[in-house]
Amino acid sequence: MTGTQGAGPGRGPAIRLRDASIGYGDVSIVAHVDLTVGHGEAVAVLGSNGSGKTTLARGLLGLAAVLDGEVEVLGAPVGRLPGPRGRVGYVPQRHTVSGAVPATVREVVGVGRLARLGLFRRLGPGDRSVVADAVAAVGLSDRMNDPVASLSGGQQRRVLVARALAAEPELLIMDEPTAGVDAASQEALAAVLADVSATGTTLAVVTHETGPLAGVLRRAVVVDHGRISYDGPLAGAEPGTGGHHHSDDPVEPEGRGYRLDQLRVTPDAARARLGGS
Amino acid sequence: MEILEYGFMQRALLASLMVGLVAPAVGVFLVQRRLSLLGDGLGHVALTGVAVGVLTATAPVGTALVAAVLGAVLIELVRARGRTSGDVALAVLFYGGIAGGVVLLSLAPRGQATNLDAYLFGAITTTSTADVTVFLVITLIVLGVVALLGRRLYAVSDDEEYARAVGLPVLALNMVLATLVACTVVLSMRVVGLLLISALMIVPSAVAQLVARSFRTTVYLACAIGVVVSVAGTTASYYAGTPSGGTIVLLAIALFLLVTAALAVRDTSARRRHRRRADVHAAHPHEHGQGCGHVPVPHGDHVDYDHDGHLHAPHRTGAGLHYDEHGAHAVATPPIEEASRP
Repeated sequence: MTGTQGAGPGRGPAIRLRDASIGYGDVSIVAHVDLTVGHGEAVAVLGSNGSGKTTLARGLLGLAAVLDGEVEVLGAPVGRLPGPRGRVGYVPQRHTVSGAVPATVREVVGVGRLARLGLFRRLGPGDRSVVADAVAAVGLSDRMNDPVASLSGGQQRRVLVARALAAEPELLIMDEPTAGVDAASQEALAAVLADVSATGTTLAVVTHETGPLAGVLRRAVVVDHGRISYDGPLAGAEPGTGGHHHSDDPVEPEGRGYRLDQLRVTPDAARARLGGS
Repeated sequence: MEILEYGFMQRALLASLMVGLVAPAVGVFLVQRRLSLLGDGLGHVALTGVAVGVLTATAPVGTALVAAVLGAVLIELVRARGRTSGDVALAVLFYGGIAGGVVLLSLAPRGQATNLDAYLFGAITTTSTADVTVFLVITLIVLGVVALLGRRLYAVSDDEEYARAVGLPVLALNMVLATLVACTVVLSMRVVGLLLISALMIVPSAVAQLVARSFRTTVYLACAIGVVVSVAGTTASYYAGTPSGGTIVLLAIALFLLVTAALAVRDTSARRRHRRRADVHAAHPHEHGQGCGHVPVPHGDHVDYDHDGHLHAPHRTGAGLHYDEHGAHAVATPPIEEASRP
């Protein structure tokens, strides 16, 4: 799937944040964060609701403002042209693809190819076959010419994944790709991501549950209150070894004893639990 | 045809042909972007341009074009700021446009052609030869830009955030679209009028998206519908003595209601047929499966069962197993299966 292998030596990491603050307007949601992700890594960005994990991802995409520090993606500062144009894939957190006007799977996924083509070039035969490959990768080849509105929610999410893959990205950023998706589509997604990762594409997946993707994502970055509270192997975060955790607790930086399932604890539930103990 | 003997009707029909083709080609993107009323707003702004043209004794089509394009660029800049005041700023611009037009027109010296109705609702007899030339240029430019940038305009209209994330020039493309709308407004002002132009951008698209399956088909179908209602409406208005703009728009809306009703009837009868067959098969004593005697036929992602020449696609419902009809089956039934049939 991926044309350009990411691991060029001397090009620097795929993602580098140095003392970076990211937010909207004048308000920092993520503050003074350092993070380096090498080419080809597969990283889960975890955190509870409101922790800033989505803002962190949006900062990488230029959708949230870099208010302080440095954010570099694929060796170029975010927001500065030419930037990483067309080399970054994005799967937004969106439950449906269908807009007001009907569009086929082929048309929606074709949009993913545009960033590679500049402003005026048309989709050539090579581009069309990449689009077909991207649709095949998510298992929807037989729905190619169907309106996206006729697909199930899980299938529509796979269309969004195919759209990102059609750009043949060096870095793929996904926001909650498994939320609200049926088990079959989750498994299909995990298989696709395993393939994509195997080609050397860097993955950054924002999620609150790594369950279905645990086999693909090796490293976990936990965002809590706009700061990174844990950065280490996903596998090291074994369930059942830690004590009670609520969102104000500092998470042990070694990563031992961190329980993934605790990430799903809402602040209210955490407070209730704390009050009860 | 008598209607074609008059020069003004020839020009009016030419203008309505171009309007009918161009307005929906731009309008589909506005519908996708959920900005259906942008054409309406720019029509308001164009009125100030018309007034300036009348006051300075220059061709109002030219001054309207300048005003509408400036308005379009301004609107996109306000929207790009992304503040909550954007909505209010747009309203101020729109109503400022029509108020400015009305006041400026009232200042025109007596004896000037200042028929406000003609600009607001269209007056086909006022289409001059110079207008037709300008309209032709506008038509070619708008259709050319849509052909060149259509896929990008679709991308930005469909998912602006994604387009920005992958590095498409979102603001520039939005400005291009708004400018196309401004051009279309001016193109339409003789035939449909500044207050009704938005209808000709939106309604053909609304009809097309009821029946089309792809964005491309929607665009082509909307343009075809636009041309038909525009030319038919202009012709009808000539014979009936009604205003062309209103006639065209009523025709388009009638078509929209007709197609909506036809689809509702089709869906109802399809559901009824489905239920009737479901009743028949409720008397069907077995579930299709291996050894049931009906021939399994692979059909896309599932297996249908040949049931006396038509296909059954089993699926679970709350009420138990249910069979959808998947059409007639052309494959010859192998005799060995035939023999095993009860």
